[in-house]
Amino acid sequence: MEDALMVALLLLDATIRLATPLVLAAFAALYGERAGVVDIGLEGKMLAGAFFSAAVAYSTGNPWLGLLVAIGASVVLSLIHGFACITHHGNQVVSGMAINILVAGLAPTLAYAWFQQGGQTPLLPGSARLPQIHLPGVEALAPIPVLGPVYRELIDDTNVLIWLTVLVVIATHWVLRRTRFGLRLRAVGENPAAVDTAGISVTRLRYQAVIITGVLTGMAGAYLSTAHGAGFVRDMTAGKGYLALAALIFGKWRPWPTLFACLLFAFTDAVQVRLQGVPLPVVGVIPVQFIQMLPYVLTVLLLAGFVGKAIAPKASGIPYVKER
Amino acid sequence: MAEGMAGKGFGMPGEVPGWVNYALLPLLNLFVALVLSGLVILVIGENPLDVLSLMVTEAVGYPEAIGYTLYYATSYIFTGLAVAIAFHCGLFNIGGEGQAYLGGLGAGLVGLAMTGWPWPVVALAAVAVSALFGAAWAWIPGWLQAKRGSHIVITTIMFNFIAASVMTYLLVDVLIKPGQQSPETREFDPSTWLPSMDHALGWVGISIPASPLNISFLWALVCCALFQLFLWRTRWGYEIRTVGQNERAAVYAGISPSKNIILAMLISGALAGFVGVNEILGVQHRILLNFTGGVGFVGIAVALMGRNHPVGIILAALLFGMLAQGGGQVSFEYPTVNREMVMVIQGLVILFAGALENLFKPQMEALFRRPKGDAAARGEGRA
Repeated sequence: MEDALMVALLLLDATIRLATPLVLAAFAALYGERAGVVDIGLEGKMLAGAFFSAAVAYSTGNPWLGLLVAIGASVVLSLIHGFACITHHGNQVVSGMAINILVAGLAPTLAYAWFQQGGQTPLLPGSARLPQIHLPGVEALAPIPVLGPVYRELIDDTNVLIWLTVLVVIATHWVLRRTRFGLRLRAVGENPAAVDTAGISVTRLRYQAVIITGVLTGMAGAYLSTAHGAGFVRDMTAGKGYLALAALIFGKWRPWPTLFACLLFAFTDAVQVRLQGVPLPVVGVIPVQFIQMLPYVLTVLLLAGFVGKAIAPKASGIPYVKER
Repeated sequence: MAEGMAGKGFGMPGEVPGWVNYALLPLLNLFVALVLSGLVILVIGENPLDVLSLMVTEAVGYPEAIGYTLYYATSYIFTGLAVAIAFHCGLFNIGGEGQAYLGGLGAGLVGLAMTGWPWPVVALAAVAVSALFGAAWAWIPGWLQAKRGSHIVITTIMFNFIAASVMTYLLVDVLIKPGQQSPETREFDPSTWLPSMDHALGWVGISIPASPLNISFLWALVCCALFQLFLWRTRWGYEIRTVGQNERAAVYAGISPSKNIILAMLISGALAGFVGVNEILGVQHRILLNFTGGVGFVGIAVALMGRNHPVGIILAALLFGMLAQGGGQVSFEYPTVNREMVMVIQGLVILFAGALENLFKPQMEALFRRPKGDAAARGEGRA
């Protein structure tokens, strides 16, 4: 009983840690797509965030400065995306793809030139990583069954960015549902012409949305290299940007279901890590490659069948050309 | 997404003469991309002009280099055509990478199985099987898009990851040559190898230096011609383009979108699969990990730059072949410039030639607008 609880708690703990970058990226895309800007380039922006946060954190020893620069770099890429898609009505998927390829080349190139370590940053010392938050009362609660271990394993000793992510989720729900900005954001993704007619600038709203996308993907990248990991390695995003997009579709572009989808993907990933090399009943040991592809197969299956009818924001992916 | 893609397609006729749209604008965008690449080279502490000129010399400066460039271009023509046919149907096939990987498996299995057969038979079989494997890998995302509405961009990307896992498993656990550390198969029997171009030209008395360029380059050119005929001279091509332009109009015309989406993806996957013939049967002569090295993604850039037309695709494939060959060689000369630098240039070219294709359009349209209105005005003036 005690053992089963511990296994479950460790699994959940891993789920939360793995879900954080997915949640940040998926919510980043949520703002963009609700405003009508599709962003395949999450992957590249996260990678840029991961690289710049690790590079700055290593050079200055200050992870917070790293986080800021990561957000800055990611916002710059978002603005490039916006410039191509909003200002010049370019193809949004192509623009996102270009950003992914650009950063996949640029990050190792710069890492190689600056650190001479084969395209990665040096390992970060503990002080240059974003801190874990220690809560009081772990000792006091320890004797209580269930609650004690839950508090110790799940809630205590959690990275500060995970707490920030929780705030982002709650804030997003509130912004989208309860604020004027959120209403306009949703409107511009459904019917930009109506928003325009009401005298609100479509361009301005969409730029605001992609800037938020940039901030959140920058945070996601910083989490990967300075909180979850300890340094930048090439291709460290490993498809998380695309998984986040899939989670957003699975979550039907709504905050809470999207959060749930991210947790589901992260849970699969956590299980995947634990299953490697473990013999299962009937089938025996499954080759590690098949276990590793679980999240991707799950994504395809979810998109194929269990989503129900996923209705994207109506104007998502379509440039708004003002009638003249 | 499919509907969104269709509205304002790439290379739609504009208000300007063809040469502006098809030559001047792409070249202008390419120029900006190269200038920015130069800036990146400057940032990492090298002289951009030196690096770029060395790149050009190493790509086209001597016959052997040209052979290498054409060898890279061969694969890019295949993936460029693959992306283009999907584009014509309003689909974005990002899965060229995985389809090429599986195509290589197909070509490789033929190479392994047909020991002792003469090479023309092996080549034909490899073309058929690699097309089959590539098409099969593209069929699932195509079917899911057509029947279940699953976002093809996401599913094709997921299939790239799945292909990588499947191939790693096959090479590590199944196909590996026994008693060997690195995950690759045994070498094929030399009789099954696709003749290299220097070899083939030797039969007709022309001698060129040895390079990986092989006769699959000719097959790539044939594919370009077939692509042209299929898309603009057959009913099937017409139906695919109709679905790509306007799905609802297609339905009213009695054309089934889902049938054509699947057909376009099958052809797309088959074309990407041919990369395997060039790489595996023509050059590597064994199946190995990650031999695709990003060809599927370069195919997107090639199709965009080539305006989804075979002639444009050949030209764009040559450009990216030069980048691959020149960039690879530069990394030997300059320790700080590594192979990833090529991806930076590729990314910038895709950004400017694809997403920002309209960047200079207003200015160019103002400069080169067809003088229809002018002529009319002048005519009136004279009357």
